[in-house]
Amino acid sequence: MAETLTQVIDAKGLNCPMPIVKTAQAMRTLPAGTLLEVHATDPGSVRDFAAWCRSTGHTLVESTVDGGTFRFVLRHK
Amino acid sequence: MTTATLEHPVAGTPTSPLAAAIGDIEGWPEPEATDGADVQTKELVIVNWSGELDKVWPVLILSTTAAASGARCKVFVTFWGLLPFVRDGVRITGENWMQRMLSFMQRPGIDHLKLSKMNFMGMGPWMIGSLSKRYNVASPRELLEAAQALGVEFIPCQMSMDMFGLKASDLIDGMGEPAGAATAIEIMTEADASLFI
Repeated sequence: MAETLTQVIDAKGLNCPMPIVKTAQAMRTLPAGTLLEVHATDPGSVRDFAAWCRSTGHTLVESTVDGGTFRFVLRHK
Repeated sequence: MTTATLEHPVAGTPTSPLAAAIGDIEGWPEPEATDGADVQTKELVIVNWSGELDKVWPVLILSTTAAASGARCKVFVTFWGLLPFVRDGVRITGENWMQRMLSFMQRPGIDHLKLSKMNFMGMGPWMIGSLSKRYNVASPRELLEAAQALGVEFIPCQMSMDMFGLKASDLIDGMGEPAGAATAIEIMTEADASLFI
């Protein structure tokens, strides 16, 4: 299955749990195997995205920080 | 979430580490009838009792996040917890003076919640409200909408509705079928986790 980055979600400025909620809503519309990128500023999202991927079965491909922005790349299961 | 596939297709394979460890020693236990249900899906049940801002808020945060994490989530809405689920524009509810007096003293609706401590005639909720806006915390109203969109089921307690004089038409759209204690017990005992808030 081809890996294409289909969507970038800007969750910057949003606080818990909205970055996860926005990501979950976006994931529902995407087919399996697609990559999704999320940008967030909530420091709690680092642990939360890892936990959310364990709960849902999606893969956390990358978790990086650039300045105050956290960047997560997720692969739809 | 529409197609359910089992991670452990072998019937009766336990999913918890403890059950797996026991199974290694004693052999797999007999499978239980699941009627084709998705046994992998976790379920969270919350009893929303208080109706106070600082308790309804975490109920909405946790239920929304549970649904966003792929868990089934049901919220049993009882006693004071019903009042935030009264629809906008409904102010004085009930059929007798006591029910009307109660709704007058505790204004219903998702935008009119009081704090369990430091309420100070509404000063506390106002301060919490402006802090939440400053730090971009989603409001109870936004979270309630997200929870309903993600499929969280809010089940109103029929007995509390009777006591407060609330009709189904007084409550917001999308509420589940009203139910009683036996339903609450059934969903709590069948859930993977249940909370009383």
